[in-house]
Amino acid sequence: MAVTVVAIVRVRNLFAVAMLGGIYSLLAASMFVALDAVDVAFTEAAVGAGISTVLFLGTLAVTSQQEKLPAHSQIIPLFVCAVTGAALIYGSLDMARFGDPKAPIHHHVAPLYLEESQGATSVPNVVTSVLASYRGYDTLGEVTVIFTAGIGVILLLGSWRRGRRKKEDEEA
Amino acid sequence: MNDYLVLRVVTKLLMPFILLFALYVQFHGDFGPGGGFQAGVIFASGFILYALIFGVENAESILPDGILRSGMAGGVLLYAGVGIVSLLMGGNFLDYSVLQHDPVHGQHLGISVIEFGVGTTVACVMITVFYTFARWKG
Repeated sequence: MAVTVVAIVRVRNLFAVAMLGGIYSLLAASMFVALDAVDVAFTEAAVGAGISTVLFLGTLAVTSQQEKLPAHSQIIPLFVCAVTGAALIYGSLDMARFGDPKAPIHHHVAPLYLEESQGATSVPNVVTSVLASYRGYDTLGEVTVIFTAGIGVILLLGSWRRGRRKKEDEEA
Repeated sequence: MNDYLVLRVVTKLLMPFILLFALYVQFHGDFGPGGGFQAGVIFASGFILYALIFGVENAESILPDGILRSGMAGGVLLYAGVGIVSLLMGGNFLDYSVLQHDPVHGQHLGISVIEFGVGTTVACVMITVFYTFARWKG
């Protein structure tokens, strides 16, 4: 994955960058499978490697294939990235060790969900029952976010705008 | 796009399996991995593959804009509608236990219905976004 990231940063041809992004997502998906998070891996493979790569390519078709050389110096962005990265790493030092059974995340509501959801919902996949039932409000919000995103794309790039422009052309 | 014979044949072969797999992920999501979101994305990627190979116009003749836009809104409305129905039947908002006499069956029914709503919205939004990008010319 690190090699892919370096390649994404170095390569100037955006077509290659889109493809490398897809490869990165696929690697991330296999990492999620190795961590037993199959649902997340599913999403990452379908969205990251599939749809977003195609959307990148669709955007490339209407813009240009080559990345422009940066007009300003790159030192300030590098500095910002380094500081943010250092802050994130510093924050992760306080996290519980991977797989630690004493971690707080395993002691709040997780045991309740694991014990109850089988009997309460008769849905064997705990991920589904937590997402859809225990966290129903959150999921409703997520669906609304996706809906809003779709509406935003239609409003910004949608055909109704071109239809109006065509009409204006005819009138003129 | 008449030149890519292999791509056309392979796409036609794969399409039914992609769509069938999407439906499997949708309705089997409560037993195996997956659910509405993943199913919607897979369903959309099937259509996007078709639109890539055969052109957006052909894909539009199967799934026109009107259906997609009503699907986008319909999924969200279906989800929220389940919440309203459970309110009307005397429970809390999105409390599926009251949907049927047996709370467990009610939960199962509610989860299936809202997952279907999620899947519809996600698939329609993804296809719409792809259509809009593919049609956009400067």
